[in-house]
Formats: sequence, C-alpha cells, structure tokens
Amino acid sequence: MSVSIGSQGDSVRYRSRLQQPETERHPDTHPLTWRLRDDGEVIWLEEYLRKDGYESVRRALADRDPQAIIATMKDANVGGRGGGGFSAGLKWSLTLQGEDIPRGYLICNADEMEPGTFKDRLLMEQQPHLLIEGMILGALANNSCFGYIFLRGEYVTAARVLKRAIEEARHAGWLGADINGSGFDFDIIVHTGAGRYICGEETALINSLEGKRANPRTKPPFPGQSGAWGKPSVVNNVETLCNAPGVILNGADWYQDLSGDSTDNGGTKLYGISGPVENPGLWELPMGTTGAEILDRAGGMRNGSELKTWLPGGASTGFLLPEHLDLPLDFNTVGKEGSRLGTGLMTMVPQEQSLVALLRNLEEFFARESCGWCTPCRDGLPWAAKLLRALELGQGETGDIELLEKLAADCGPTLTFCAHAPGAAMPLHTALKHFRHEFEQGISKPRIKAVEG
Amino acid sequence: MATIHVDGQSYEVNGADNLLQACLSLGLDIPYFCWHPAMGSVGACRQCAVRQYKDKDDDRGMLVMSCMAPAADQTRIDIEDEEAKAFRASIIESLMINHPHDCPVCEEGGHCHLQDVTVMTGHDRRRYRFSKRTRRNQFLGPFITHEMNRCITCYRCVRFYNDYAGGTDLGTFGSKDNVYFGRYEEGTLESPFAGNLTEVCPTGVFTDKSHSERYTRKWDMQFAPGICHQCAMGCNISPGERYGEIRRIENRYHGEVNGYFLCDRGRFGYGYVNRTDRPSVPERREAPDSEPVSLGVDDALAQVSEALRHARRVIGIGSPRASLESNHQLLTLVGVDNFSTGIEAREQACLEQMNHLQRHAGLPTPTPREIEDHDAMLVLGEDPVQSAGRLGLNLRQAALARSKALGETIGVPDWNAEALKTLAQDRYYPLFIAWPAPTDLDDVAEARHALGPDDIARLGFAVAHAIDPVAPVVEGLSPALTEAAGRIARALMTAERPLVVSGGSLCSGAVLEAAGSVARALSRRAKKAGMVLIRREANSTGVSLMGGQPLDWVLDELAQGKADAVVVLENDLYQRLPAQRVDAALARAEIAVVLDHQRTATAARAHFLLSAGSFAESDGTLVNLEGRAQRFFQVYQPAYMRPETRIRESWRWLHALGANLRGETTGEINLDTVVRDCAEAHPALAGMVDAAPDSHYRIDGQRLAREPHRYSGRTAMVADQNVSEPRVPQDPDSAFAHSMEGYSGYQQHRQQIPFAWAPGWNSPQAWNKFTDEVGGHLRGGDPGVRLIHPVPGQGRYSQPIQGTESPEALKALILPRLFGGEETSARATPIRQRTELPYVILSPDDVLRLELRAGDVVTIDGVTKLLLHEQDNWPTGWAGLPAGLIGGLLQGDTIAVGRVSGGEP
Amino acid sequence: MADTPQTTELIASDSFELDPADEAEILEEVAHYERPQAACIEALKIVQRRHGWVPDGAIDAIARVLGIGPGEVEGVATFYSLIFRQPVGRHVLLVCDSSACFLTGFDELKRALVNQLGIDYGQTTDDGRFTLLPVCCLGACDGAPALMIDEDTYGPVSPDDLPGLLEDYP
Ligand SMILES: Cc1cc2nc3c(=O)[nH]c(=O)nc-3n(C[C@H](O)[C@H](O)[C@H](O)COP(=O)(O)O)c2cc1C
Ligand code: SF4
Ligand code: FES
Repeated sequence: MSVSIGSQGDSVRYRSRLQQPETERHPDTHPLTWRLRDDGEVIWLEEYLRKDGYESVRRALADRDPQAIIATMKDANVGGRGGGGFSAGLKWSLTLQGEDIPRGYLICNADEMEPGTFKDRLLMEQQPHLLIEGMILGALANNSCFGYIFLRGEYVTAARVLKRAIEEARHAGWLGADINGSGFDFDIIVHTGAGRYICGEETALINSLEGKRANPRTKPPFPGQSGAWGKPSVVNNVETLCNAPGVILNGADWYQDLSGDSTDNGGTKLYGISGPVENPGLWELPMGTTGAEILDRAGGMRNGSELKTWLPGGASTGFLLPEHLDLPLDFNTVGKEGSRLGTGLMTMVPQEQSLVALLRNLEEFFARESCGWCTPCRDGLPWAAKLLRALELGQGETGDIELLEKLAADCGPTLTFCAHAPGAAMPLHTALKHFRHEFEQGISKPRIKAVEG
Repeated sequence: MATIHVDGQSYEVNGADNLLQACLSLGLDIPYFCWHPAMGSVGACRQCAVRQYKDKDDDRGMLVMSCMAPAADQTRIDIEDEEAKAFRASIIESLMINHPHDCPVCEEGGHCHLQDVTVMTGHDRRRYRFSKRTRRNQFLGPFITHEMNRCITCYRCVRFYNDYAGGTDLGTFGSKDNVYFGRYEEGTLESPFAGNLTEVCPTGVFTDKSHSERYTRKWDMQFAPGICHQCAMGCNISPGERYGEIRRIENRYHGEVNGYFLCDRGRFGYGYVNRTDRPSVPERREAPDSEPVSLGVDDALAQVSEALRHARRVIGIGSPRASLESNHQLLTLVGVDNFSTGIEAREQACLEQMNHLQRHAGLPTPTPREIEDHDAMLVLGEDPVQSAGRLGLNLRQAALARSKALGETIGVPDWNAEALKTLAQDRYYPLFIAWPAPTDLDDVAEARHALGPDDIARLGFAVAHAIDPVAPVVEGLSPALTEAAGRIARALMTAERPLVVSGGSLCSGAVLEAAGSVARALSRRAKKAGMVLIRREANSTGVSLMGGQPLDWVLDELAQGKADAVVVLENDLYQRLPAQRVDAALARAEIAVVLDHQRTATAARAHFLLSAGSFAESDGTLVNLEGRAQRFFQVYQPAYMRPETRIRESWRWLHALGANLRGETTGEINLDTVVRDCAEAHPALAGMVDAAPDSHYRIDGQRLAREPHRYSGRTAMVADQNVSEPRVPQDPDSAFAHSMEGYSGYQQHRQQIPFAWAPGWNSPQAWNKFTDEVGGHLRGGDPGVRLIHPVPGQGRYSQPIQGTESPEALKALILPRLFGGEETSARATPIRQRTELPYVILSPDDVLRLELRAGDVVTIDGVTKLLLHEQDNWPTGWAGLPAGLIGGLLQGDTIAVGRVSGGEP
Repeated sequence: MADTPQTTELIASDSFELDPADEAEILEEVAHYERPQAACIEALKIVQRRHGWVPDGAIDAIARVLGIGPGEVEGVATFYSLIFRQPVGRHVLLVCDSSACFLTGFDELKRALVNQLGIDYGQTTDDGRFTLLPVCCLGACDGAPALMIDEDTYGPVSPDDLPGLLEDYP
C-alpha cells in the first residue's frame, strides 16, 4: 500500500482488489485470477502473453472449428455468470449461423449494477486481455463480425484499461482483420452506458446499444435469432466470457473437475461478500463453495454481530437464513431454497438491521430502476415501496402485508415483461415469508375502508 | 385454422393470430390496452392475462399474456380462471394509481376504453392511499388537447405516431413510474395523422380539440354513416351532431378503405358545416353588389323557375365535390347537351384518362388495404400524403411490411410488433417516388427523384421499357435517369406484387400515360401487380364517369352569348379558372343560380343562391379513387333545431326546380328515386344502387337508430321554441331514424353503422364487435361497390414524350397539400391554423437568374406575396406553389416571380 | 377565399450551435455502429461534457446529425440517469444507496452530505459547486459505503472523511 502523501481523497479512493495472494493462485486451479498481481497493477499484453495469454485463441484459430468450441463449452456447462446461470455453450449453439444469415455481434455485458456485485470490475480493471481473449473465442464460435463491451458509465477506470488493452491487442494482431493470420476478422469497441440498472438485462442492453431507450425486448425471438440491429447476437457476462479461454485450453473435463464433487456445476467462481463483515472482498473459489467458508474468509460478521439473514447473489435474489450457510453455493442448490445464486456475491444482514427498512431500500431501488414498460413493475413496485415506507414509520394499516404479498406475486415470472420485476419480488417474497412478524409490527391502524356506495 | 379450447369450449380460429386476437374475434371479451388490431402486440400493459395449460394433462397451467401467445392448434386456456381474473383486477388497480379519476370532466368519458376495461375487470375500490403524481400538459397545436395526468402508459400513442405513421416529434420521455408522452418541445404535432391519437389513446390524454369547443358525450350525439368529402379517398366517417352542429368526426371502420384511421384533414376539416355565415335560406340578389333578400322555399322555387323559363339557354355546372345524385338532377334539369362537370378541361382529360387506364392498362386497382400487401412501389408524380391523405398511410404500411417477411424467416409472427421492428430496423420494401418536393414518405423510400412533370413521365416510360423491351425507348434520357429506371424496373420485377401509383396532381397526361405504360409492361410480364390512380376531389371519379362538358366550355358558351343562364352546383368556379375568365362569363349570364352550402366567390355573383345541404345535412353517393361508390347519409335535419333554416339537399332543390319548370306539382321524390334515376341514366354508374340499402331496409322490422340508447335531453332540447315535444324528424330517404328508436346492435350483421357501440364497449374498440375478425371486414360486408372494372388486355403502349427545353418563363407547379389545399376544409378554423405560411419554391438556378435570395418575400404575377424557398435539385423552370393559394392558377401556367421591397408576406 | 391562411405559431427553441469538434466526434462515434442512432447516448455525453448538461437546443441538433427524430433523442436523454437535462453543478456527487452501502452506513453518510452541502438529491449548491444524486450500486461493495465525485470513486467513506474529500473539488 502506498503511503498517502496527497489529499484526503487518496486514502479513501476505492480500488478493486482480490483477497487471495498470488501464492494461493495457480493456473490449474484459478483460471480467472492466477495472473493477477498482488500489487493490483494491470496485466498488460506483454505480461499477459508471458502468462500463457491468447493461447486458447491461437489454438482455436488454428482449428477454425466453431462447432468444436461450442461443443466444449457445452460439455463444460459454463453457467452464465450474469445471474441467470444459463449454459453459455447452449446459448452459443442456438445462435443462427449459415450461408444466408448475416454475421452478428458478440456483446459483453459489463453493466454490473446488481446491488452487492463487484466482480466484473476487478476482471476488467486488472486483466482486460482475458476478457478480450474470451470474446474472440465467442466471436469465433458464433461467427460474430464485431464485439461490443457494454460497460457501465461509472466504470471509468475499466473503460480506460479496456480501451488501451484493445489498442494493444489490435496492434499485436489479436484483433482486427485477419487475426493472427487466420483469415478471421473480429474487432471490439467499448461502449459506455449512461446509467440505469435495466441496461444489464440483455435485451434492454441491446436497445441501449442501438441508442434507444433501454426497454427490454420480447423473447422469442432471442438475441441469437434477432439481436443488435436484427442480427444474431450473443450477450454474455464478463465473467462468463473470462471462463472460455480456460475451458478451450484445458478442456471440459478439467473444468468440471475444478469444482470437485460438491456440485454439478463446474469451474470456479468469483465469490464475494459485502455488508457489515470484518473483511468484505472477493475470492476465486471452486464452484459450490459454501457461504460459511466465504463468511469465514471474510472474518465473520463485523464487531461480532449476529447474522440475521443474507442474500446469496445480489439484490434480486431471495433471502436465505444462517442455516443455509452450509449449502454449496451453486445454481441448483440455491434455487431449491427459494432463492437464486445470482451473481454469487453475498450480502450479509446483521441481527440489528430492520428488515422492513432494508426491504424499503431494496424496493425503492427496483422501483426507481424499472424501465417503465410493464404495469406490475412500473406501478406496482413504487406502491410496494410506499407501503414499506409506511410500515417502517409505523404507519401501516391492516391489509398492507397482504397487499405487499399480492404486489410481489403480481411480479412473478411470466407476469411481467422481463426479469427485473421478478428480481424485485424475490427478496420481498422471501422476507415476508421468513420475517413476517417484523412487518406486522409496522401496522398501527385498521384499514381505512373505502366508502361503500 | 387451429382449434383452441377456451374455458372448456372448443373453437376454430386463425392459427396465425395471437390468443387475444383470436378470442376477441370469437366475440369473447378479454380486457386489454397496449394491443391494437392495426398495430399488433407488445406485451406492455399485462392486462390481457389468461391461464394457459401446456397440454391435456397439465392441470396447473400458468398465466400468460394472451396478446403475446400464439393461437396454436390445441392451445388450452381459461379466461375465467380465478387467478387470472385477480391478476387482471390487480393490473387495472395499478394503472389507476395515478389516474385522476376525473371522468366527469374528461372528454373521453362515455367512449373511454379505460372506463370499459375498468368496469369489465370489476375494479371499483381504491386501496392506494398515497399521493398521486401530477404532470404538466403541453400545447400540441390546433387539433389535439393533452392531459397527461390521465395516462396509463400503454405506449399506444407513440407506437401509432412513430412506428405506424412515421412521426418524429412525439416521444416517450422519462422512465419508471414517470413515463411521459409528449412532444420534445411544446408545439404543433407535425404528423398529418395525429388526430388518430384521440382514438388510439385508450383514455383521455389526447382528445379532439375541435370537439372541445362545444363538447358532447358520445351517447348524446346523433350519428350517421358518413363519407369524408375532403379528398378522393372516400374514408368512412362517423360524424356526431348535437344542437344542429357537427361536434366531431370519428373514424367509421371500413375493412378495405380506411380501417381504423383517418387523416387530420378529414377529421378536423368539418368546421365549414358549422360556419354561421353559411347560406341557410335561399337568397335573391338584383346585382352582384346589392343586399340579398331572403326567400321562402316555395318563393325561391317559383322565382328561379320563372327566371329560367325565360332564359334562352340554361347551362348547368356540376361539381366533383357534390353527390352523383345532385349532379344528375342538374343534368336532368338542363339537359345532357347543356351539362358541364364543372371541372377544368385538362383536369377532366386526366380524369377520363385515369378511368380509361384503370380499365385498359391491364392491372387491377387494389383497395387501400390491399395496397399494404404490395412489395415494391413506384409513385409517379404524386405526393400521396398530401393529395390523398389516408392513402399515404397505406403506402407506408406496404413499405414497412418487409418486416413481416423478414419475421417469417425466423418465425416471428406478424403480430409481434416490437420484435418485427427491431428485426427489420430500416429495411423496407422498395418504394420509389418521382416528385419534385420532399414527401412525407421519403423516410421509408429507397429513392426520391426530384423531377419536373416531363421528366417524371420520361422516367416512367423508361421504367416501362426496362421492364418490357417492347415498350418504346425513351430517347436522350440522361445516364442518371436511365440508371434509376433500371433500378426501379429491377425492383418491380423482383417483387411478387409490384404497385404503380400515379394521379392527377401534376395534371399531366404524359405522367399518366407513363404510369399506364409501366402498368402495361408489368401486366405483359404477367406480374400480379396493381395500379392506383389518385384523383383530387371527393367525387372527381364519379363526375368523370357521368361525363359532361368541361368548365372551360361553359365559360366560352357564356362569353360568346350562346347561353344566358347558368345553374352552378356546389362549385366555386374561381377556384378552377382564372378570375377574369369567370368574371367575363358570369357577366354575360342574365341569370346565375348557385346552389351551395358555402359563401364562395361564385355564390357572391349569384342572382339566386339556394341554401344547399353539406354532407352533414344530405344523403348521396360519391365515387372514390378506387372507383368505389359509397353512400353517405344525413346526420341531422337542420330545421329541427333551427326552424328558420331552409336547407335542402341540392338534388331536392334541383328536382323541385325541374318539376316547377315543367309545370308539374312536385311529386314524391326521395333518395331511392334519385339514386335509381341516376343509375339508369348512366350505365357506368348502374352499380351505385347497391352502394347501400335503400330506405325500406329494416332490421327486425326496425329502422336503424342514429342516436345511442342513452341519448338524453330529446324532449328538452327544443323546449325553448316549443314546450310540447315536437315529433322527431321523419326521414323519407333512408332507413335511419332521427332518434334512438331503432336497431343499434351488433348481432345482426349490417354494413351501415352510424356509431359503434356494444354492451360493455363504449370506446371505438367496439368496432371489434362488428367485424368478422378483429381488423377484418364488417360482418355485414364492407360498404360500397366498385364501378370501374379492368377489362382483359393491356391496350397499346403510347409514345414517350421527348425531351423538352426548360422554358424561358417560369411555369407554375402546384403542389397538393393536405392543410389548405382543399376548398371546404380550408374554411375550418383548426385547418386554417394548421396551414403553413405560403411559399414558392425555385431551383437555385432560377433564384440566381432572377437575382433573388432564399427567404425573400416575393410576389406572384405582381399580386400574391409569399416567401421564397430555394431547394436543391428542384427542377429548373418551375415555380412550386401550394395548392389552394391562388384560385384559378393551373398547373403549367406561366407566372412571374418578382421581389417585394420590404414588407411581410 | 374569404379567409387567408394563417401561420401556426411555432415556439422557437433556444438557439444552440453544436460545436464543430463535438459534431466531428459524434460522427466518429457513428462509424462504430451499424446505424447512426447508436451514437445517440454518446452524442448526449459529448454535449454534456462541454456544457455540463444537455441544453434543450442540443436535442434537435443531435437529432439532425444522427438523422433521427428529436422525440427519439429526448426519449433517450430523459431515460438515462447520467444524462442531465437540467443544469448541474461543477461537480456531480453520486452517492450509492444500494444494499451493501445501506447496510454499512449510507444513512449517516447521506445525512452528513446533506448537512455539509445544504442540498438534497437533485439539487445543486448555491455556489454551483455540487449536485447531489443517488446512484445504483457502484460495484464497490467491499468498500461500502461508497460515493463517486465526477470520475473518482471513493469508499469506504465515513462522514468524517467528507470535509477533506470535498476539498479536492473546488
Ligand atoms: C434487471 C436485470 C439486470 C441485469 N443486469 C446484469 C448485469 O449487470 N450484468 C450481467 O452480466 N447480466 C445482467 N443481467 C442478466 C442478463 O440479462 C443476461 O442474462 C446475461 O448478461 C447473460 O450473460 P450470461 O449468460 O453470461 O450470464 C441482468 C438481468 C436483469 C433481468
Ligand atoms: S419488468 Fe417490465 S417495467 Fe420492469 S424493467 Fe422489466 S419490462 Fe421494464
Ligand atoms: S394487451 Fe396484452 S399485454 Fe397489453
């Protein structure tokens, strides 16, 4: 750590970092982070190449067998790290390709705005070439003609790093026309956003990329059929794409083995933890690591406070209880407990925290970030937020909780246009299930009855 | 066809529909907002939820949006599912959170889709106890009032305005629960189809400002099936009257002509009917400048027939804005040899040429709806939005339909509107326009060729030659035009159903001949093509089919003293020929009788002015640009509310005059008789009898009601005149009753529907109850009959015109324009307010030659002052002038443009 | 005709000239995409960089450069939270109010900010120095509570850090 000699600002300036030291990270166990340095400096091209960089692309370009890449990715079953867990290989296999079908786009979802999530930032700020390498593989597999990194506007450091890395890669012949003499053309630019959580939803992201309002699009047709500008497009999360080079280089079996026997999902995951814990942070761990282990790595709850409940992977996942800490954090297991793995970055809630207030905060967030397209989300969530505010102030009325339940239910899957509102409903629904009594305490008045008439 | 199961019942439906469409077509009610039959589904409002089951064994199913689910074979759904009902109730409750509940003062009340759906879902208690958000409204111009507080965010307005009609100034602003629909800055809505927002919006955000002036609830108005008189398109309208005034015009659904939409000229141009300066009683004037004397009806008839009886020769001047019946009665009065169509000679020649081409060029004329099925379009010498309003929307849809074809390749159904839009982006079916000025379709056109009339014709001939080598070669065509012709020909030949559009706007026989040649070429190459020819006025086609001498002939006959009396039917001659000529001719007329509902310059010269009914007070038949005869019916009896008025249909006046002249006592005559007389006299018009049922038509033994059931105040509205309730006017001419008594339902199929209403459906969405399937055809058949039919064979190619020198003097090139370019609607206040500042367009060369500068105030022939616009690639030698600006100025007339020193136009 | 046509009153928009350098930069952006409209958000950001916010006249100007409707541009401008359609202060202070920050002292931090600056969300200090706005999770949850001033992200920030921190933004 450098000593602060400048202004106050330097001491509280935020820097993205990984909690594991270099000595703990190895190429065959930490495919995402083994190259990162303890000093947190960017791995530029020269160092990246030295550390095996672009090897997977070199190989894939030599083979020129997109279907093989897809098959390997499918076998490896890389679940989407953007929160949905959908198999990247399967997604790639559904992209339209063929003689009379135009080449489409490979889009990296770097919009990271899910509350509690700070993993993609690290990958982009410190190791931009891994993402570029993954994108080239994706492009090759999907026959994409061009790539966009859709980066949230606030990630200025990531933008600077990525732009320079792309420049480097282009210079060295890893991007542009005829990559590495293979005859394959592909280039990338960084497209920065201008705010709004909904831009992270893949179809809203495409609208935003096209310079439109970020309303989601209906599916089907899926982006793989009709995406950016109506061309077949693939949207993948930063971390998902960063998994590809390792898979292609080492194979699906290796990838599966990374996670051991505790889970069906293969690979490693950038897990993290935030909230009032002693050492919030980020680790690359085998898929299926338990919440307990991560909390342990974080040194437990801050000031020894007791854990009340936790969100396993962002604001749009459901609340789990302390007893769930021992479950492997993978897509299926968490799903079975009425929540979702989401982004895999846990948010811990201490015993003394009012859940009503936390829910009010969460629902105000979701209401504010609604795109405004469909009714249950646009009009239902602000109503829920207002009810929660009333309960928080002890001004609730009988019937408010039932109304909240109804509003949450109305935001169920298939009922709203996109997954934003179901994401808002999940924490509300689970909080009402586990902590209903807290909400009941906010009721002070009988319901004012509408005048019968 | 597909079988679907709804609430345990099996139905046959169109499998290409979505479930909402399919169910509505079956007559089942599912509430909805964002879906619209003409605009497809977007799944935004979530109001149309139903429970869908995967298969026979699935007993849980899940809620889906019926508008977003295909009506695939063996689909099983429940509309009446309790959870679905509860969800739908929840949606409307959420939508109403911020709605002001201001129905009593809202001008949508009574024909409000939001009211209908609120009642349908059973939402009647508000649980929301927090404050509502409020909005500022915008001034949106003379047509539309904006009240954003009522918005329920269904996105229909922008989808219609931008996606369907190509507007660019209305937008969606903000996000979350603060979405705002408005103009990017306050000001007049630019789209000429903005008026449809009043019907597309399911609530009272966009309402009709012209109606607001004197507002009446839908249930308190009297309606009749009307035909818009403001251009040749023949859109079906539903004019509503109260207290002897037209209060608003709404779209009357027609499956082939106008569908759900009108243009703003038609919707807001009715104000001339309500003008207080209308001649409401017959008048006699001794000399042009003397005070008129009012006459009684019998007096007027006696005096006019007395005057005509003493005339040596009476000439009748008909009118393309009057009904066939009125024109025919005039013809009968004066005799075939003394009848003129009232149309200027060159325009008449073009009309005759168009009738000929429509029969003999080898291609059928598609209906406006069918236009939308064409996949390559060539518009030769027309600006369709300006010259035929609604037709422009049809052409736009044809270009946009490429998205459906693209959708088909990846399995996106026709109704999935946003998906098609994002898939197609700016890929359209090829549309080529040859027209000197920018048009409202340029944004979807592959190319617009800015040419003068002769070059437009030459381009057309060259296209014909490129399609069919047998068609004559155009000599000396520039390489650029040759190239363009080749490209157009290729696009037309690659298409499955190419379309040629032309018309009389340029008044050029050559342009029409060229369009005919392209049609012939396409037909010879066995293409399933179509041809549309645009006429100018409401009954241009009809009058040209009836035939008669052109107006120029009348003026000559009068000027030469070959006739001394003239009867003018609903026609302002000063709009058609130069004032000096008209003046000179009228000066020689001993007796000038004018029938009109407006005070025109011609009416001012009349010795006798007979107060004629406008479309709102008359019945009659018009023939539109397809050649479709359509009947319009009297909305109200003017004398009921205002006994002092002596307004009669022109055909009644003329018939009575004839009877008087012949010394007969006026016998029984009604619409049926005059229709039959006209049809019998003119073989080309024989079919007009079937344009609508006659006056004996009854449903269940009843007449058809002009007023909704809930019509109120009938016994009180004339109480200031007469305390005993007068009998409602009796209508000898039609099957409609001037009251709410009579049939007004939808179960019995009928064509003639004064207003759309069905139980639970007060809004215009009620039309779905009258159609065979939503967006389809009226169950009783779409009204009207085609009178012009193609005959086999293509006829012979005519010779292209050869290159012409650009003339020394400037020639007038009159540009049709929707607002201000038509005589009667131009008298309506909102249309006047919407009319652009007058201008003249010159090419940069001419501007230079005349030593002028763009932005100068210039004069035309030393009189009219206007602004000079300079336009790149405008044809040199031509001066572009808006139609309706200089009465009597004709296409191609030589004019002088000069500078004014200082001064405002 | 008895009535001569009259003009519709047009409400003139305040005059705005797109800076030639900005226009060039926008056109450069256009080249990165299949359709010019895609540069819309970037164009708004470019204008905002020069003016601090997006003035009314810029909407029409951008629409013209991109060949799209002004309604569309305004729709985009008003959708995104980092595009400002009202003047803002010299520095924009974004406070993260998402869950991790909420759980680790956002309330106190926000209160301290409101006290020190004398403004709440959406407001600008009288001296035109700061505008305060909330922002979605800044992706700095391991440094919660976090905030961002212009292009700089800070966290964890305690109320005590604020005076020194703000000093760097005159
Ligand atoms: C409201 C909402 C916000 C989202 N935000 C993000 C995001 O910021 N980053 C991301 O990668 N995925 C986000 N997603 C998920 C994406 O829609 C999409 O599933 C993902 O980018 C696909 O990539 P993957 O398969 O690699 O995970 C979001 C989804 C929703 C519904
Ligand atoms: S659920 Fe509906 S309103 Fe909410 S973000 Fe998705 S589409 Fe927009
Ligand atoms: S009508 Fe189906 S969602 Fe709106």
